[in-house]
Amino acid sequence: MNPAIEQRKLRLATTSLAGCFGCHMSLLDIDERLFDLLDRIELDRSPLTDIKHCGPCDIGLIEGAVCNAENVHVLREFRQQCKVLIAIGACAVNGGLPAQRNHLDLGQCLQEVYLTGPGIVCGQIPNDPELPLPLNQVHPVHEIVRIDYFIPGCPPSGDAIWKFLSDLLDGRTPRLGHPLLHFD
Amino acid sequence: MDRDPRWLPEMVVADECFDAISVAELLRPVVDLHRRDPGRLLQILREAQEILGYLPRPALTAIAEALDLPRARVEGVAGFYSFLHLAPVGRYRVLFSDNVTDRMLGSVELMDRLCNRLWVERGKLSEDGLLSVDTTSCTGMCDQGPALLVNGQVLTRLSAERIDRIGELIRAQVAMADWPREWFHVADNIRRRDVLLDARWSAGEAVRAAVVRGRERLLGEMKLSNLRGRGGAGFTTHTKWESARRAASDDAQGRCYVVCNADEGEPGTFKDRVLLASYADLVFDGMSVAGFAIGAAKGLLYLRGEYAWLLPALLENLARRRHNGLLGARVCGQPDWMFDIEVHLGAGAYVCGEETALLESLEGRRGVPRIRPPYPVQEGYQGRPTVVNNVETLCKAALIAVRGGAWFAGLGTKQSTGTKLLSIAGDVASPGVYEYPFGVSVDQVLGDCGAGNAQAVQVSGPSGTCLARHEFARRIAFEDVPTAGAFTVFGAHRDMFEVARNFAHFFAHESCGFCTPCRVGTTLVANCMDKIANGSGSQSDIGEIFRIHRLLHAASHCGLGQAACNPLFDTLSKFRPAYERRLRSLDFAPAFDLDQALSVARRMTGRDDPAAHFGLGAGVQRGEP
Repeated sequence: MNPAIEQRKLRLATTSLAGCFGCHMSLLDIDERLFDLLDRIELDRSPLTDIKHCGPCDIGLIEGAVCNAENVHVLREFRQQCKVLIAIGACAVNGGLPAQRNHLDLGQCLQEVYLTGPGIVCGQIPNDPELPLPLNQVHPVHEIVRIDYFIPGCPPSGDAIWKFLSDLLDGRTPRLGHPLLHFD
Repeated sequence: MDRDPRWLPEMVVADECFDAISVAELLRPVVDLHRRDPGRLLQILREAQEILGYLPRPALTAIAEALDLPRARVEGVAGFYSFLHLAPVGRYRVLFSDNVTDRMLGSVELMDRLCNRLWVERGKLSEDGLLSVDTTSCTGMCDQGPALLVNGQVLTRLSAERIDRIGELIRAQVAMADWPREWFHVADNIRRRDVLLDARWSAGEAVRAAVVRGRERLLGEMKLSNLRGRGGAGFTTHTKWESARRAASDDAQGRCYVVCNADEGEPGTFKDRVLLASYADLVFDGMSVAGFAIGAAKGLLYLRGEYAWLLPALLENLARRRHNGLLGARVCGQPDWMFDIEVHLGAGAYVCGEETALLESLEGRRGVPRIRPPYPVQEGYQGRPTVVNNVETLCKAALIAVRGGAWFAGLGTKQSTGTKLLSIAGDVASPGVYEYPFGVSVDQVLGDCGAGNAQAVQVSGPSGTCLARHEFARRIAFEDVPTAGAFTVFGAHRDMFEVARNFAHFFAHESCGFCTPCRVGTTLVANCMDKIANGSGSQSDIGEIFRIHRLLHAASHCGLGQAACNPLFDTLSKFRPAYERRLRSLDFAPAFDLDQALSVARRMTGRDDPAAHFGLGAGVQRGEP
């Protein structure tokens, strides 16, 4: 292998779309192995750096489902910038908890919450252009952009994330066997 | 099963029309006729449905009680088969055959025409409860399509005029017995005869010949013939018979069975239909010969539900054979051999063509394939040694009993002895059944059936092989291109992508649902194909199809899942431009219109600013046109 590729630190970006940051907490659960990880990568956009826009990266980790217009923009930016894009956790992989709203009609939801619900007087559906509009349905990330790898779990354990990332960094196709692979 | 909540009120009302006691009373003759045998559950459900129109919940409860079965088991079986209905389907149940050959002859347009004329939506019961219109998997009429089933009766050679007449008769509620008889005519269309279709024989000739030879010599002739199964897998028939006989004789009770697999569900195949319609005596002779060889007392013929219209003639034939001493106690005067044949009807499930799923169905359960081993020859029907043979295999066995193994081995090729029936349909001048010695080239077959400008032949149905023009010199034989009989020809003007898409939906519909790779995988593949068809496809969707193909091949429980992506794999290898010209020139695109996904929020907030759209900006960023 070209030594320049071998030695360069890989750039990693992470984000949470419609998620609970539980997968990010799980990433922190790799504990002291974080030092090993930081020896080999540098962070781009991530809740850990507070960088607002993703630059050119080797790896992108996406937590959470796609529920509004902003999620779509962020996800597209990640796809554009990251060589490898990974869906992490139940929401990113399948829609998860946010997708529970998919059997409800969005219009009726907004109406009930902001206009006709108990105790509401002179209600109004928020319409400030600053606010991202919600999508009719919540989607898993692979329905919006191409995704290269999936790490299921709610959340995946720190061990699973570590195994996955170290496989990736070492140039092996990531593989989660028993007992790391689970969907709950 | 329909879980659409909009159906629920109607279902409840309809179910409440039946009170438990009167339903139990109504169904008593049916369950009594079947000796309250849980193994005959599928037959009982079929007959109950014939009386009641569908299977209301009180009927399931009554049957469960009469058979002393858990209620869930009865509902599980009723929910498995396409032709059993848990919700009302109307007095006229119209099912259009949805094989690719029917589509090539215009079945989709004809179904739309009927729906429009009768003001009914596909898949829904009409408001007056008179009828429902839907599709069903191949009905085995590819040589005389488009075809449809009305209440289980098959109508062939549909045309726009005929569809209009059918619509009028249904609206006037004319009984089906008074519909023009010629509509129900099913032609044999035998185009090329060889040793089987040209044979001169009489009922019982093969059985008598087998008895004269005696069991050992009969098995010797079978071995000499090197006959291999005609259902597709090509297992040596003699080995199967010998194993079953040995397994049966090892056991004190010694009971064993012969099963004739007449669940001819592979789309594009119809040669067994012709054998059952015009060569039934040869089929029954073959079953008797097999029964004699292994020492079985009972034969079971599993007839696919789509061929239920053949049943009366088959039963009449069996009665005649009993009368003539070819069935019953002392067959052919043999004091120690009693043998009888029973016909079981399926109810619309392709997977039951798999022999262990067929055995499950015969025992009155959901048609879910068993884990092998044990193989049916060791533990088959009711756990006893069972020989399961294809209709055509048994006919060949009957011929061998008469004319000997050496004669048979002299036909065909070294590893594929004898002849093969091909069901030829599609873009050919003379569709029908052709019998050839094994080893015939695809080119010769295409010439004989008048396939002018063929670009592809699907051999052995969707689970078989798709051959392109450069492969037409290949030969039909187990050594080269094995086949269960289907031979569907596609002219140069056909779109091979649409052919593969039809097959993908077929497998998604017919997956039995038992194993996750197949249940989920076949639907993912169908969705991928729809996405490409709708113009939202990309190279990554093609990559996804290949990935699922590998997964299904490795992880599926039975051959259905393993073969489900074959037609896609073949057409992607040989007709890739048919896929690629549909792709958007993108790395990836969503299957749906992303901007439309904000429509509700736009309406509710009254916003129309640039941020309320995924406008040009986002598209340009991603290099869209």
